[in-house]
Amino acid sequence: MSLQPIKVALIGNPNVGKTSVFNELTGLNQQVGNYPGITVEKKQGICKLSEFTKAKIIDLPGTYSLNASSIDENVVIELLLNKNDADFPDVAVVVTEVENLKRNLLLFTQIKDLEIPTILVINMADRMEKKGIELDIPLLEKEFKTKIALVSSRKKSGIDELKSLIFHYKKLSTEPCLHASTIDPDYFDKLRKAFPNQLLYKLWLVITQDVNFLNLDRNEIKSSFTKSHADLKRMQQKETIKRYQFINDTLKIGQKIDVSKASDIRAKIDRILTHKIFGYVIFFGILMLIFQFLFDWSSIPMDFIDASFANFSSLAKHHLPAGEFTNLISEGIIPGIGGIVIFIPQIAFLFLFISVLEESGYMSRVVFLMDKIMRKFGLSGKSIVPLISGTACAIPAIMSARNIENWKERLITILVTPFTTCSARLPVYAILIALIIPEKRVLGFISLQGLTLMALYLLGFGAAILSAFLLNKYLKLNCKSYFVVEMPSYKIPLLKNVAINVLEKTKAFVFGAGKIILALSIILWFLGSHGLSDDFKNAESIISKQSQGKNITSEVFENQVNSFKLENSYIGYTGKAIEPIISPLGYDWKIGIAVVSSFAAREVFVGTLATIYSVGSHNEEEATIKSRMSAEVNPQTEEKIFNFASGISLLLFYAFAMQCISTLAIVKKETNSWKWPIIQLVFMSGFAYLSALIAYQILK
Amino acid sequence: MALTLSELKMGEIATILEVNLDEIPLKLLEMGCLPGNKIQLVQVAPFGDPLYYIVNDAHVAFRKETANEIFILKDSNS
Repeated sequence: MSLQPIKVALIGNPNVGKTSVFNELTGLNQQVGNYPGITVEKKQGICKLSEFTKAKIIDLPGTYSLNASSIDENVVIELLLNKNDADFPDVAVVVTEVENLKRNLLLFTQIKDLEIPTILVINMADRMEKKGIELDIPLLEKEFKTKIALVSSRKKSGIDELKSLIFHYKKLSTEPCLHASTIDPDYFDKLRKAFPNQLLYKLWLVITQDVNFLNLDRNEIKSSFTKSHADLKRMQQKETIKRYQFINDTLKIGQKIDVSKASDIRAKIDRILTHKIFGYVIFFGILMLIFQFLFDWSSIPMDFIDASFANFSSLAKHHLPAGEFTNLISEGIIPGIGGIVIFIPQIAFLFLFISVLEESGYMSRVVFLMDKIMRKFGLSGKSIVPLISGTACAIPAIMSARNIENWKERLITILVTPFTTCSARLPVYAILIALIIPEKRVLGFISLQGLTLMALYLLGFGAAILSAFLLNKYLKLNCKSYFVVEMPSYKIPLLKNVAINVLEKTKAFVFGAGKIILALSIILWFLGSHGLSDDFKNAESIISKQSQGKNITSEVFENQVNSFKLENSYIGYTGKAIEPIISPLGYDWKIGIAVVSSFAAREVFVGTLATIYSVGSHNEEEATIKSRMSAEVNPQTEEKIFNFASGISLLLFYAFAMQCISTLAIVKKETNSWKWPIIQLVFMSGFAYLSALIAYQILK
Repeated sequence: MALTLSELKMGEIATILEVNLDEIPLKLLEMGCLPGNKIQLVQVAPFGDPLYYIVNDAHVAFRKETANEIFILKDSNS
């Protein structure tokens, strides 16, 4: 059977558990993409309703109403107003939360006004008894002219009822439960007469919003029905009051709340978590715990992965027939991929923590706690979300800055977020710290290496805050400052939501980075094992001529041949060419190659070094990346290449430099100009070079 | 005499009389910051700003400068 799936749009306020409902309906049968041309995340999934019928569920961005104030919210109205859109829903499912029913219903009444078949989901129904809430469902269904599904995604109840309502969507009423036009009958009458074929509420939305409306010339509507901004807002206020009146009147008869049970735990917890002392203590305690996890405790799986890849590589070498192709696999691809796979535990942990912080509702408290402090630096309390999630990846972080109402605060946040230590820096930090910081413990349990990592994170935040302060001083922008943040009720994060989130994000990171690294490691391997000149081809005879008379073992001889080959390969030439620029920072030409190749993406650094060194060394005992790097010595001075001075210099360079093409691209999209990403690139990389230079010259 | 919302003390409840529409974002209206609704101050952030209120069952925080644009009448028994 080739029945068209039923198109379902999932709509709701933020923090109502819409994503949980989506996950329950679709399971892992979902895909995440982007809306064309913009960076708003588009989530859709398939839900099986019966043997022959499927539903295509689109999870729309959370919105408080159909009055859009961000591009995420715009997506919602643009879809609902455009009948020609391929995704235009057959049925809208509005998700509300039982404790915030009144407010959540505002959006519901607006959607009903659009005359789309609509199902009302009341989520978190498991909390009703505890909160002393009783609902008269038949009465509410009658008043709201809809069908209601009481759902608890925590207890997994009500989902089958919802599926059956979707299945029978054609039986749903499309009659509005309240007409917006009653707020100003004269005005709406004129509007109706001018455009008799159009839905009245649609027209009203087009007048008040900046949306594209395909069938109508917007200017035509606008010019004949324009009102001043203040008048429009007055009418919108009237509309909002009107809707709340209707909702309140209905809930008065349809909802009973036993006030004695409605203890406000939320406010009590908030008093502690946003306390002027405990609030900060708890927040920094949580951050400490995260770093301890990231560096100390995730080293167990990481060491295991590192060793496994080393074994795998030598296994491949021994068992595959010798030749170019085997070399490519064992020296290029396996070490390159290993360089990224090893960081999966850390990256997954990071996404896990951030996901838990957001799901539990704690993040909003941190926003509240930090707003005043952040404002001193030209940021908003909401900048905390990008700054913290920037520790995972700057790209979603910069997108999350959209919640910041004030453009100047938002712009500064976007510009400074790449300073925070993203997970792509972790591989670089981890390996350098392991090389130059001794494996000691302070006070018996705090690892010195963990502390160093924490210091690097703080350095990233420090650089972000400091540059925000400077930008705030020199950017001349005047913007009205709004700041509204909802304090959602506390929730124990649903395992399924967190797991799906961590899985999706980690997968995207590994495959995204993996593709670049795979390609680069193949290119690097080729450039490193081929050379132009005769020197490269005749390496063995040149070395044997040089070592004539000296008594050297065959192993030393082979190493000398290999390093001679590497120096005379394409990669050697390139590295030597840039050496004058990077040697004041304490790097040799091999590190230089890694630094240059990681301008596309930082995490390439380790993979590049792994590939270069594995081409350069054939010694079986130096199998892991770390031991190879540690064994590198300067041929002239016999000093270790990765010593304290060059290590610190490298750490600083990676802490500050803008080495991520994807971030630059997203900044361009979010700020709508090339000016800001270019400023970012020049400023950050220049700053990185200078601080690495100073650090090396002092420490060497 | 009408007070502004920022003059409300911790735990006090008031009724909203009027909001300055030019300065108040629509989002706040939609959350229920509307004339006639009750509003209670439940928490003040460290350093005195932002302010955290319960209004229309919503737990919502905004800055003092916004609270200055909302006019209230204190409930006598609070």
